[in-house]
Amino acid sequence: MYGKKVKLRVLFLFLVITTLVLSIYLILKSLEENVVYFLSPTEIRNLAEIKEEKIRIGGMVKNQSIIINSNEINFIITDLKNEINVSYSGSIPNLFSEGKGVVAEGYLRDRNFLSATKILAKHDENYMPPEVKEALGDK
Amino acid sequence: MLKLFEPNKIFKITSKAPKYVLFLFIIVLSIGLMEALFLSPEDYKQSHSVRIMYVHVPSAWLSLGIFSVIAFFSLGIFIFKNKNFSLIAKSLAPIGFIFSIIALVTGSIWGKPTWGTWWAWDARITSMLILALFYLMYLLSWKIFQNQDKAIKISSIIAILGFINIPIIKFSVDWWSTLHQSSSIKILSKTSIHSSMLIPLAIMTAAFTLFSILIFLMKYNTELIKIKNKGLDRL
Repeated sequence: MYGKKVKLRVLFLFLVITTLVLSIYLILKSLEENVVYFLSPTEIRNLAEIKEEKIRIGGMVKNQSIIINSNEINFIITDLKNEINVSYSGSIPNLFSEGKGVVAEGYLRDRNFLSATKILAKHDENYMPPEVKEALGDK
Repeated sequence: MLKLFEPNKIFKITSKAPKYVLFLFIIVLSIGLMEALFLSPEDYKQSHSVRIMYVHVPSAWLSLGIFSVIAFFSLGIFIFKNKNFSLIAKSLAPIGFIFSIIALVTGSIWGKPTWGTWWAWDARITSMLILALFYLMYLLSWKIFQNQDKAIKISSIIAILGFINIPIIKFSVDWWSTLHQSSSIKILSKTSIHSSMLIPLAIMTAAFTLFSILIFLMKYNTELIKIKNKGLDRL
């Protein structure tokens, strides 16, 4: 139906795109460490060494773990397997609360303790009106 | 069949259709804005800032969708050497670019009260910025190269290269840990947006799609007028 030229061009494009996709896959795979925005407490536990660089840890704020004294706030980030203690002084986002997602940026003192320089609240993919949330909570 | 292309026939449609699309767009947009701004409830956690979603999400979807269509036509340009495809691709780009910028800006405005930051270099946001840059390169390639054949070639290369970024944007939230939340609307599992918020989102998406079609038809019409002025009956 189509000429030989058209078939050759399809083959050529197919090869070009396959090569590109594969190379980009390899590049992203090797850069994975830098592509992820944060590490989970379990990944922190399994780190080979603790670097002095800034690091981000993400997870859930453990229930009843927030302690506020004067201008310092302490809380625990958990991924339900491992936990990291965080201490921070500065402004916190409005949506920061217990049982909700959080990303803390700062310096690791050891495998259990992060002194944070920035706190971000992580929002999840659930959207619903307050009445529905209450109804769900009652169950 | 693909080689034949009569501007006169298409011109009849593209010169009349915009006013009907505009009419439909205004109606759907009014209903959508009414739903999104007043009738839909506030979110249990974000309260009223959830309303930004009704602009942010359709813009992001459309900017991805339009780029995919441009890339699809660019493949067609390479394979069939069809010049009409290049006019279609060229006319789609401006509105796609605007939507990618709207998605970035509204995301930033939403990010400040929700996350506590205007910007984060996570995979979703960075890949979305790359999409906006690809749109910009695409548009500039049409402006820079005066030689039409060269412009067609370079712009299609940019579109095909940029298309690889589209699945990266879509799946970035699943492949890597990102600050951006993962998709609420999934093909395989239940959506996690309550129906009272899903309906305004759907209406706003319809409105934005109509707007894209409107701008596309107007741009396409302009391209056809340019060809007519050159005194060509076909490309």
